[in-house]
Amino acid sequence: MAKAELLDFDEALELYEPVLGFEVHVELSTVTKMFSPAPNPAYAGAGEKAEPNTMIATVDLGLPGSLPVVNEQAVRYSISLGLALGCQIAPSSRFARKNYFYPDLAKNYQISQYDEPIAFEGEVEIELDDGALVKIPIERAHMEEDAGKLTHVGGSTGRIQGAEYSLVDYNRAGVPLVEIVTKPIFGAEHRAPEYARAYVATIRDIVRALGVSEARMERGNLRCDANVSLRPRGQEKLGTRTETKNVNSLRSVERAVRYEIQRQAAILKKGGSILQETRHWHEDTGVTSAGRPKSDADDYRYFPEPDLVPVVPAPELIAELRAALPESPAAFRRRLKAEYGFSDSEFQDIINANVLVELEQTIAAGAAPAQARKWWLGEITRIANARGVEPGTLVTPFHVSELIALVESGELTDRLARQVLEGVIEGEGSPDEVVKARGLAVVSDDGALIAAIDEALASQPDVLAKIRDGKVQAAGAVIGAVMKAMKGQADAARVRELVLERANA
Amino acid sequence: MSTDLTRLTAAQLSEKLVSGEVSSVEATRAHLDRIDSVDGAIHAYLHVAHDAALERAAEIDSQRAAGASLGALAGVPIAVKDVLCTLDMPSTAASKILEGWIPPYDATVVARLRSAGMIPLGKTNMDEFAMGSSTEYSAYGPTRNPWDHGRIPGGSGGGSAAAVAAFEAPVALGSDTGGSIRQPASVTGTVGVKPTYGGVSRYGAIALASSLDQVGPVSRTVLDAALVHDVIGGHDPRDSTSLDEMWPSFEAAARKGQQERSLKGVRVGVVKQLGGEGFQAGVTQRFTEALALMERAGAEIVEVEAPNFEYAIAAYYLILPAEASSNLAKFDSVRFGLRVTPEGGGTVEQVMAASREAGFGPEVKRRIILGTYALSAGYYDAYYGSAQKVRTLIQRDFDAAFEKVDLLVSPSAPTTAFEFGSKTEDPLSMYLNDITTIPANLAGVPGLSLPIGLAPEDGLPVGLQVMAPAREDARLYTFGATIEALLEEGWGHPILDLLPAQPVSGEAAHIAPAPGQGTEPEGGTL
Repeated sequence: MAKAELLDFDEALELYEPVLGFEVHVELSTVTKMFSPAPNPAYAGAGEKAEPNTMIATVDLGLPGSLPVVNEQAVRYSISLGLALGCQIAPSSRFARKNYFYPDLAKNYQISQYDEPIAFEGEVEIELDDGALVKIPIERAHMEEDAGKLTHVGGSTGRIQGAEYSLVDYNRAGVPLVEIVTKPIFGAEHRAPEYARAYVATIRDIVRALGVSEARMERGNLRCDANVSLRPRGQEKLGTRTETKNVNSLRSVERAVRYEIQRQAAILKKGGSILQETRHWHEDTGVTSAGRPKSDADDYRYFPEPDLVPVVPAPELIAELRAALPESPAAFRRRLKAEYGFSDSEFQDIINANVLVELEQTIAAGAAPAQARKWWLGEITRIANARGVEPGTLVTPFHVSELIALVESGELTDRLARQVLEGVIEGEGSPDEVVKARGLAVVSDDGALIAAIDEALASQPDVLAKIRDGKVQAAGAVIGAVMKAMKGQADAARVRELVLERANA
Repeated sequence: MSTDLTRLTAAQLSEKLVSGEVSSVEATRAHLDRIDSVDGAIHAYLHVAHDAALERAAEIDSQRAAGASLGALAGVPIAVKDVLCTLDMPSTAASKILEGWIPPYDATVVARLRSAGMIPLGKTNMDEFAMGSSTEYSAYGPTRNPWDHGRIPGGSGGGSAAAVAAFEAPVALGSDTGGSIRQPASVTGTVGVKPTYGGVSRYGAIALASSLDQVGPVSRTVLDAALVHDVIGGHDPRDSTSLDEMWPSFEAAARKGQQERSLKGVRVGVVKQLGGEGFQAGVTQRFTEALALMERAGAEIVEVEAPNFEYAIAAYYLILPAEASSNLAKFDSVRFGLRVTPEGGGTVEQVMAASREAGFGPEVKRRIILGTYALSAGYYDAYYGSAQKVRTLIQRDFDAAFEKVDLLVSPSAPTTAFEFGSKTEDPLSMYLNDITTIPANLAGVPGLSLPIGLAPEDGLPVGLQVMAPAREDARLYTFGATIEALLEEGWGHPILDLLPAQPVSGEAAHIAPAPGQGTEPEGGTL
């Protein structure tokens, strides 16, 4: 791919003001699809192992005579998400048909909300790296269905050009989506790429906190289209925008926005004009390439979906969902930092590991924040990564809290606790039960320890002498020998106390 | 056997089945024999389920013998319009693009008639995708009107109406988007009901225009229509537009009319806009006589204005093609149906285009183009948007009328059955034939057509259309059964006793082929 000419980022910003806009598609993790009783591949990663065209019903194939029925859970999730975005919820909203022919679209129209979205006029607060808070205006959040997936076979690029034939998998067809559309975002300036990453990260955190989506970008649960336009300094009229698709990680969002600013600036500076088009982000090469031309005159022949009735949520339902909203990730973050003393990077690690909710529940169950963070980000995440599952699926916050309590009370050492955790994950029971079943409790019988210490001291007279000389750090060698003799089932701190006591006796 | 079982109504047949006088196998075989003998000429059926029907009938007979509790219509045969999905029979909507397609599921109405123990005899002919008023647009050749084989049986449900009129089935299912049940009933001397929109599930009915389509019964008597409506109606969670409510027994409503035969206190509105100029003299005459009959039975006849009905056809022919253009987009050869690959291969777009070019008939293409245009950016407000406004105004006309009267009446169609080929050259004249039936679809109100005599000038059946407020389908059955009983009292027999004898299969060859509209009749899958 020919690399486009880029203007230096700082120079680009000197000449032009970037205006951003985002369309984020969130796959809802309902059990069934948006309009059909087929299982939803975006639920609990169900689609990861499914054979093509096995998660489908008549509606997903657009069979003649089939009819869509709105998934109530998807409506609830959409309302919750709308509320979390600070949106108003429409007392009545409607679905429309967006008509275009494409083989991944079984009916050759997509059911989407057009002029009557379920949620509109909101605002999301994002936090930049230096802690600055910025409000991003939300235009709307609307419900729609996903399309199937095409695989182009033959040809070298895996793209449709040059392919011999294409395969269609309709598993994804009909997966419930909420599309969140921002208003134009002004004032980002040099921090435009940072805005982009922070915005998408915030949306991800919000949907995760709500539990309405798995929100795994690498699986396509959360997809961002980034709109970028530039206008010369001092100009009122907005420039022509491009829409970059296929941006599948936070880092890509940031890079893609930076790239588009530099690419467009280079064209504008030469007196060229920007083509209104979709562009594809290439993760490997770090460039965008032209997709299809897109204009406001694209004619999708929208009209109200006659197979569905308007969505009219009861005011009580909206109130109920509003009351059940979790703290916003921004507020939660502030509270965590204040109450638990976490740093920004510590918090980011928690988000990245997707253990935010688990962590809060573990702390609520009585664990110290630092300990909770240590266990969730350490051992549990390590095992989760090794097994390719979410940490939260391995063990409950309550058990983690219990485990931490056992360590705090001295009944378990860290090393023993890791073995207990393993037992809990293997389904052997609660930490207490695993301790009993595996016989892992710390030896707290001082008599047994003293015997072992005395033996160790006797066999290492030089060490004994050093301790007696006040070189306390020398005790380490004895402690190690004792712990080894005790097969690790001793409280190292207590051993240390006793070593010093016996040495000086 | 002394009685010809095909001459019995569904209600009569039901009694004989219950009493054990007749078995379902006998009744089913009688109808299959009748089909074999007369359908070569009439061509009401696209598919006949000989073996499956007899097997199912035998099952019902043995269930009955074992003392199972069965529904009122258990063991009664029924014909099914080809627009409805059936697990065990091709469902083509009379289009080449779906030739041979067997759906993996039953339409809800079909599932319901099966579980009521009814015996599907086969699939009936229709205009392709229910677009037409004559069955001339069937991709498999037209159906003939049993009253005069040179004339159309109405459409789109000409096959269901002709099958019932020619005693090839006691009852049938139809679908009505702008009159496709009522107009064929009118021109074949049968009864047809378009229920309240949402009263009968659309799940499994191949969609023409979703906001207008409604499945309903076709029969020879009002009571039979009510019995079938009781079986197929009611809420279906698989159709979001299905009304969730408790419907009264339509059978009881019809029996009430049959027994009481009085219209005392009933206010009947005559819609001024649905008569007069452009209506055949004999149609107007029979309609006027029917009004006199209503008055004698105690009804109060009131003339009602519905000023916006004038725009109904214009609005309908924007809304219908718009929805149809989208509904028919799924026929792209990718997942089912006809696939035509251009010579030397082609892109998926070229294959889609070639398949649709070869698979759709002229009327379907005409409406897809009309609808695509009406929905296009820049035209939407002027066409689709305006049409929706007219629709609202028509609904208000109905509301205003039903403030004053209990029911509205009109001729079911402006003319009796017309001759083949007389309107295919001029689509607009074909569209105008639906002037009487379209308003009910636009407003979602129920309508019934029943025969009120033969037009003196051509000896062909004339239909009376009765319309009631939404959800008041029961009113239609009581009123319709009353009129029917009073008319038959006067005639001394049902109207179909006047049906000419049908040529049996050997004679079919002597009948000249109906002039087509460019598609040669091909005899279907019989």
